[in-house]
Amino acid sequence: MSTSEGFREELLHAGLLVDGGVLGVYHRSFRYEAIVRGVQAYVSAPASGESFLQLALPPVQARSTLERSGYVSSFPNLLGLVSSFAGTEKEVSAFLEETDAGGDWMARMTPTDVALCSAACHGLYPMLAGSSVPAEGRRYEVHAWCFRHEPSADPARMQSFRMHEFVYVGTPSGAEAHREAWIGRATGLLEGLGLAVDVVPANDPFFGRAGRLLASNQRTKELKYELVAPISSVAPGAISSGNYHEDHFGSAFDLLVDGEVAHSSCFAFGLDRISLALLYRHGLDTADWPADVLRRLTADLDAGARAAT
Amino acid sequence: MSAMDGTIRRVLEAHGRLPASTSQLKDDDDLYERGLSSHASVNVMLALEDAFDVEFPDSLLRRGTFRSIATIREALEGLATPAASKVESS
Repeated sequence: MSTSEGFREELLHAGLLVDGGVLGVYHRSFRYEAIVRGVQAYVSAPASGESFLQLALPPVQARSTLERSGYVSSFPNLLGLVSSFAGTEKEVSAFLEETDAGGDWMARMTPTDVALCSAACHGLYPMLAGSSVPAEGRRYEVHAWCFRHEPSADPARMQSFRMHEFVYVGTPSGAEAHREAWIGRATGLLEGLGLAVDVVPANDPFFGRAGRLLASNQRTKELKYELVAPISSVAPGAISSGNYHEDHFGSAFDLLVDGEVAHSSCFAFGLDRISLALLYRHGLDTADWPADVLRRLTADLDAGARAAT
Repeated sequence: MSAMDGTIRRVLEAHGRLPASTSQLKDDDDLYERGLSSHASVNVMLALEDAFDVEFPDSLLRRGTFRSIATIREALEGLATPAASKVESS
């Protein structure tokens, strides 16, 4: 399994993933989904006992969230908007005739108030907009299908994938402590699944020349760390990340703590990438996986199923 | 104060979103400590390019370039000198 394209072929051949017809879009077999659910329950378990508000967010969010969070200027090449038709029946027949004549029906569509979810935590901030959080901060555990427009033959780079995040909104020291604690906790959890994890400083793929400066700022201030491991080839990629946003979202959404602009941080588990990393590490047949890894995944899967009933 | 310094201060005043007036800033004051945010530094960078009709090369699109009035001046002076830009691209 030397290349990511080779690993992709093996995943498709084994029926774990099915080509969704567009680069980076996959249909998932139930076998693959069982791994994702096991990972999700496993990473969620340490949070029990802490007061996290737990939310599953839909794969779409308000378009205004993209605008207000700065995502439009920082990642215009990655975002996804939902468009639809807002005209009259008469116009439909007109554009259908145009389409039959080789015209472009998409030119008749207009963006709606809905966008694809950019990151699991992004949907939280507008929910809190204009509010003041208590001095001890607020903690959230959120799950969402996310979208990035980056078509690729590398299965590690899906356009549609799942993130499971632990988010803190509160004081600067609270935000840093939250991130540090989760980086440590997550490293242990992922190593417990037999993955060879490194923690490395990183930056987001901000767009353009302005983005270079933003990336330099992020790296110099050590605002982002990635937990990397081989996912689809020997080259390690990010399977999780710990991010200190400083007052970025606090300023954008008017969040306060003790009368000051609130800071935030998040720790994100990339559920699809972790699942792929496990398949890459332990093989495509879960029956052959080490017993302790299986026990950790299935035990938590069972516990998760019990908790849900 | 040179014309260049005056323009740098004017750009910082207009785009830096600093809590205090730039007239109180010393050349070596750390602008980040004075409240220059990452996103405001991008607007400062773009406004400096407009004001001086230059384009910062990728090697200068770093946090350190916009740390103080002195570092900004140094970067701009480097761009204005052909010899310096040659060194930059080598």
